[in-house]
Amino acid sequence: MLALLVATGFGAALGLAFVSHAPNRLVSGAGVSLVQALGSAPGVLTAALLLTAVWLAAAVFTRPTARSHVLVALASALLIAMLAAAAGTHAARLAAGSAPLARTALGAGFWALLLLCALALGDALAAMRWPNWAQALAWAAAAAPLGAMLAFGVLDDVSLVKEYTTRREVFGAALVRHLEIVAASLAATLLVGVPLGAALHRHERLSRPVFAVLNVLQTVPSIALFGLLMAPLAAVAAALPLLARLGVSGVGLAPAVVALTMYSLLPIVRSIDAGLRQVPAAALDAATGMGFTPRQRFWRVAVPIALPALWAGLRVCTVQAIGLAVVAALIGAGGLGAIVFQGLLGSALDLVLLGVLPVVGLAVLADAAFSVVARLWVGTQPGALPGALQESQR
Amino acid sequence: MIELERVSKAFGGAPVVTDLSVKVARGEFVVLIGASGSGKSTLLKMMNRMVEPDSGAVRFQGEPAHAMPAELLRRRMGYAIQSTGLFPHWTVAKNVAAVPTLLCWAPARIEARVNELLDLLGLPPGVFGGRYPHELSGGQQQRVGVARALAADPDVLLMDEPFGALDPITRGALQQELLRIQRSMHKTIVFVTHDIDEALRLATRIVLIDHGRVVQADTPAALLARPANDFVADFMGRTEAGLRLLALHSVASRVRAGAVAAGAPIRAGASLRDALSLCVARGVDRLAVVDAQGRPVGAVFLADVVAAPAP
Repeated sequence: MLALLVATGFGAALGLAFVSHAPNRLVSGAGVSLVQALGSAPGVLTAALLLTAVWLAAAVFTRPTARSHVLVALASALLIAMLAAAAGTHAARLAAGSAPLARTALGAGFWALLLLCALALGDALAAMRWPNWAQALAWAAAAAPLGAMLAFGVLDDVSLVKEYTTRREVFGAALVRHLEIVAASLAATLLVGVPLGAALHRHERLSRPVFAVLNVLQTVPSIALFGLLMAPLAAVAAALPLLARLGVSGVGLAPAVVALTMYSLLPIVRSIDAGLRQVPAAALDAATGMGFTPRQRFWRVAVPIALPALWAGLRVCTVQAIGLAVVAALIGAGGLGAIVFQGLLGSALDLVLLGVLPVVGLAVLADAAFSVVARLWVGTQPGALPGALQESQR
Repeated sequence: MIELERVSKAFGGAPVVTDLSVKVARGEFVVLIGASGSGKSTLLKMMNRMVEPDSGAVRFQGEPAHAMPAELLRRRMGYAIQSTGLFPHWTVAKNVAAVPTLLCWAPARIEARVNELLDLLGLPPGVFGGRYPHELSGGQQQRVGVARALAADPDVLLMDEPFGALDPITRGALQQELLRIQRSMHKTIVFVTHDIDEALRLATRIVLIDHGRVVQADTPAALLARPANDFVADFMGRTEAGLRLLALHSVASRVRAGAVAAGAPIRAGASLRDALSLCVARGVDRLAVVDAQGRPVGAVFLADVVAAPAP
């Protein structure tokens, strides 16, 4: 695995442009290879980077041990930081010698090397069998130098950062808006989905038609669903001025939240149904016989046993909503999607990346957060899931 | 203690219990026995109002059962079932503490009670208290189930085929434990089973039920010796009834003190059925008898074993 990564890494370092330089953001630039970039970088950085690369390559030829995994993880993290530093310093050098409109963009080589280092880091962390909260901390530690370089201006002349700097306010607002859309749709999903899931579990007869409807909803392309919702919501807003004053309209936040909620309903309802199915009938019978009230039986027995499944469903919904909210920009809901589409329309790749990268980051963060919480919580109750499964199979 | 008076119940038009009356007195060990679908479980569930009768009256300690909220009634009765119904997401200790927790006992009192019960059922609290149900064997799970039923020191234990899913050896051990607990704590127990040997072993009184009616209710010995009709005789196993009767009595009741016999001895606590079996297997007409500590106490003679035992 590591051998493949290192080989690909050397290929990418030699064959792909590390950064590319263009006189302005509209024309495509001339590639600069990693070798050229390092040639102009401070000697210390060049030496350190080469040394670390050799260190990683050497790890391929040693037997993997607990210590070698730590060394590989450390080397990968260092490489990530040094690659960014090399790109930043080279961009600064190029910027010093050219017009203010000139742009130095991160090239395919940079992205490929970054990805490969991240893969090597992930692989090494997985091999170390750390608990996943510790892995999350390790990732944060690996990302910290990037944050520091951004904060201290090392990367200021990289075009992606330049795009950010010129749109600082727009970006911040878009990020907040994006999170608002996701949070609102998740709240609505829980509000509608949990009672719906519980009701479907209780009334078996209803569950087939409702699941059929939810399945169809899931297959409607998102852009079509957004479009379809514009007309009815506009009509609702026109008929009920009170709702209109509260922000309901054919375009903007309302249809986006409604559509995302519709997409989230299937996974959440299905996971609640699955979770409640894991509650052993005998446990409910015993609870009744021992004198639990129906409410105590539901909250103390059924809900805790069903919760891991609900949590998994919520995780799917959240990651899905973060991604789908990009499309919501097309109906005027704003969010990071607005930056993406602005970039697409203007053929400005850096702008697209400025919108997409935070979306990817948010999705990864949300996913990791859900799994860390789930693991911590299962850690306190090792019997929760396997016990439920075992009992229901008996 | 518990009184069902002329209760009837039908599910979807099919009668399950018909005009049936049963009284359970304080300290009794009553076994409700019958074939599957005879209505015995329904009867048990009427006692804690998990099933409400269509007609007739249920009284608990002289008061109408429906005079109090069903939950409060149930918390005064222990409840154990075949599939244990242990809560998979709770530790053994928390499972046992379920009803005391509902009753809002002080934490220290709950902990003391849980430890006491786990000790009583042979599950050292230090070892088992923190485990989860799926980490236990079937027999251990059922021990936890019994401990949980006893937790709030209820006057009555309702048990619905609690040992039905266990292997014969584990079942035998748990039957012994239950008898020991009942004798030491003077609990009233109502126990449902379809296993006649289990019923004979545990009951002070057996209520034989068929098609929702009581066929005969009497002591185990009387049921074996004087079956009311052919159905009872069949249920008691006709040709095996004599052997089962022997199983109710111990060797100690027939031992001749001071007599001697050759061969390996039998314990005084063993049943007459075991003694008969040994005599036949060895082809002898007497067996040496020793007490629980292995000291010789005399001998038991085949003729005494098979002489009609007083019921």
